[in-house]
Amino acid sequence: MHKLIKTLAFALLTLAVLPAQAALNIFACEPEWGALTQELGGDKVSVYNATQALQDVHHVQAKPSLIAKARSANLAVCTGMELEIGWLPMVLRQSGNSEIQPGKPGYFEAGNYVRRLEIPSRLDRADGDVHAQGNPHIQTDARNIAKVADALAQRLAEVDPANAAFYKQRHQDFSQRWQDAIKRWETQAAPLKGMSIVVQHKGFPYLEDWLGLKEVAALEPKPGVEPTSSHLAEVLDQLKRQPAKMVIRAAYNDDRASQWLAERAKIPAVALPFSVGGDDKAKDLFSLFDDTIQRLLDAAK
Amino acid sequence: MITKKLVASAVALAFGTPLLASANDSDEMEKLRAEVQQMRNSYESRIQALETKLEQVQASAGKAEESAAKAESAAIEASASKAPASSNAFNPDISLILSGIYANRSQNSDYHITGFQAGGEIGPGVRGLSLAESELGVYANIDHYFYGGLNLALAPDNTVSVEEAFVQTTALPAGLTVKGGRFFSGVGYLNEQHAHTWDFVDNPLVYQAFLGGQYGDDGVQVKWVAPTDLFLELGAEAGRGRIAGTEGKDKNGAAMGSLFAHVGGDIGVSSSWRAGLSYLRTSPDKRQSPDLDTAGSFITNQFSGTSRLWIADFVWKWAPNGNTNVTNFKLQGEYLHRSETGDLTYDIDHVASADRYSSSQSGWYLQGVYQFRPYWRVGLRYDQLDSGSASYDSNTASIVNDGYDPSRITAMLDYSPSEFSRIRLQLAQDKSRENQTDNQFFVQYIMSLGAHGAHKF
Repeated sequence: MHKLIKTLAFALLTLAVLPAQAALNIFACEPEWGALTQELGGDKVSVYNATQALQDVHHVQAKPSLIAKARSANLAVCTGMELEIGWLPMVLRQSGNSEIQPGKPGYFEAGNYVRRLEIPSRLDRADGDVHAQGNPHIQTDARNIAKVADALAQRLAEVDPANAAFYKQRHQDFSQRWQDAIKRWETQAAPLKGMSIVVQHKGFPYLEDWLGLKEVAALEPKPGVEPTSSHLAEVLDQLKRQPAKMVIRAAYNDDRASQWLAERAKIPAVALPFSVGGDDKAKDLFSLFDDTIQRLLDAAK
Repeated sequence: MITKKLVASAVALAFGTPLLASANDSDEMEKLRAEVQQMRNSYESRIQALETKLEQVQASAGKAEESAAKAESAAIEASASKAPASSNAFNPDISLILSGIYANRSQNSDYHITGFQAGGEIGPGVRGLSLAESELGVYANIDHYFYGGLNLALAPDNTVSVEEAFVQTTALPAGLTVKGGRFFSGVGYLNEQHAHTWDFVDNPLVYQAFLGGQYGDDGVQVKWVAPTDLFLELGAEAGRGRIAGTEGKDKNGAAMGSLFAHVGGDIGVSSSWRAGLSYLRTSPDKRQSPDLDTAGSFITNQFSGTSRLWIADFVWKWAPNGNTNVTNFKLQGEYLHRSETGDLTYDIDHVASADRYSSSQSGWYLQGVYQFRPYWRVGLRYDQLDSGSASYDSNTASIVNDGYDPSRITAMLDYSPSEFSRIRLQLAQDKSRENQTDNQFFVQYIMSLGAHGAHKF
C-alpha cells in the first residue's frame, strides 16, 4: 500500500516537474508560424499548431482542445492583424494562462514586423470582411518570413534566455539558407513577372507584391463573401476584355467557383498550398515556397 | 465630347447613305464615302490619343497612391513594431445586437408549463410583430490584470436590464481565473451563451422550466484549467441567488453555490467535443410561477425554499477537415434534474394558501444543426420534460398534478448572408401546456453591429 502511494506520488511529481524542464511550449496560430518556430527553436521547442492549412483561419472555433493547449503554452505565435479575432481572444481568456496574454512577451504577432498591404482607407462592413490593420495573409511573401524570423528569434531568446545563444545560432543558419532560397525562388519566378491572375479570396497581395503578379479580379464579390453566380459571370465577362493567365485559390478554399471560371475562361485553376501542410509537397517552409512557385510556373506554361 | 459629336454625325451619314445614293450619282457617293472614311480615321486617332493620355494619368495616380501607401505602412510599422496595436485604440470593443420577431401561434399567450413551478423569462413571447431584445455590449482589457465588460439588454417594453457586468482576472498563475460581478453561470452548456448565438429562436424547454430561461447571477466564480492535453476545466461559484426572476436574498453569505466540470478535445481533425457535469444549489426567494388551477383559471404561485439542480451536457461539432465554411454539423444535448423543498403559496393574488412543497423532476433536449451549403443551416430540436413527483400538501386539490409530461418539437431554417446577419424561420409544436398544443411559426432576424466578438465553443 505504502509502495503504491509512493509510486503514485512519484508519478504525479514527475508529471508536475517534467513540463517545466522540457522544451518551450509553442502555441502556433497558423502552421507557417509553427514551422518557422520549429526552424528557429529546433529541439528546444515543442510546437502545437492550432489550425491547419485546410482550415479557413478566419473561421475557427474556440475549441476545448485549443484552450487546453493554450493553458500550457509559453509562447503564442500568431499573425495578428485581426486574422484570429473570431477565436483567439476567447481561447486566451479561457486558458487562464497569464504568460501568453496580449502585451506579455509570451504573445507574438507576426503582422507587427512586416510592411502591411491593403490597409483600408475606410472601414465599413458593407465592404465585406476587411481588416482595419491591412490584409493579414502576410506569409505568402518569402521576404516577410525573413522579417518575422528576425523578430521571432529575438522573442524566443527573451522568453527562454537560457537558450538565447542557441536560438541566435539557429537564426543565423536559417537566415543564410532562407536568403539563398529567396534568390533561387526569385530567379525561378522571373517569368511570372507582370502575369495577370484572378484570385478566389483576396489572400495573395503579398505574393503578388513579391513576384510582380497582377491581380485583375477576385471571385469573392467582397472579401470573405462566397462567390455568387452573378459575380462569377461578371468576372468571366471581364476576362474577355482583360484576360488572365490563371485563377488561384488557397488549399482551404472550396474549388467549385474557380473550377467554374477555369472551364469557361479556358485558363488553369491553381490551388496553392497557402501554408505548410496545404498539400503533400509543402512539408516545411522551404518546400512550401518551392511548391507554390512550381505550381505557378506549371500553370503559366 | 468632340468624339461623341463625330460619332453621331458619322452614324447619321452612314444611315443616310442609301437614301442619298438613290438620289445622287455614283461620283457623289464615292465622295461621301471618302468623307466618312476620313472622319472615321480622325475620330479613331483622337480616341487613341485620349486613351493614352488617360493611361498616363492613371499610372501616375497609381504611383502616387502606392508611394503614399508605402509611407503609411512604414509609419505603421515603426509604431507597431514595439507593441501590438489593440483592436480599437484605447476604446473598448462595442457591439450591438438588433433582433426582431414575427410570431404566429395557435394558442394565446397565457403561458405556463403544466406540472412545473417555473419562473423568470418563460414562454414563446407575444404574438405578431415585435422587437426582440437588443443587446449592447462593451468589453475591453481594463489593464494588464483585468478584463471586464457590460452587456445591457434593451427590452421591447422600453426597460433596460443589466445582463452581464463583470470583471475577470487575466494574470493569475496556475491556470486560475476569477470572475466577479454579474455574469451567466458556467453550469451546463447553453447557459453561458448569449441569446444571439442560439441556434433556435427560443431556448430549450428544460432551461425555461428549471433556470428561468437563462441563469445569470451576482457573484464570484473561480475557474481552473488543468495543464493537460485533454481539456479539463473545474469551476465553482457563489452568488446571491437571482434565479428565475427572483431578486436574490438580502443576507450575509451566499444564496447560491455551484460546482462544474467540463472536459473536451478533438477526434481527428474533423470533430471536436465537450462534455460537462454541473451542480447548482439555489435558495429562490418568492419565485413566481404562472400556472393553471384545477378549475382552469390562470393563476400565479410563489415558491421560497431550496432548489438543487444537476446538469449533464455534451456538444459535438463536425466539419470536414475542421473547415466550417461549406458544411458543418453540431449535435448538442443536456439533461437536467431538479429537486426542490420549501413553501409554496397557491394563487398569491386570490386564495394565497401557503403550505409545504417538494418535487423531483427532470427534463432533456437534443438538437442537431446542419449547415448544408454556405450560409444555410437547418436544425431540429426535441424537448422532453418528466413531471416526476411533486407534493403540494393541502394545496394538492387546487394544483394540476396529473403526471403530464410536456414536450416540444422544433425545426428551423436559417440564412446568414454574412457573419453579422442572420434570418431565421422556425416551426414548432409546443405541448408544454396540457390539452393546449401550440403550433408556432416564427420569423426572426439577428444582426450584429460593431466589434467582431469572439464566440464561445
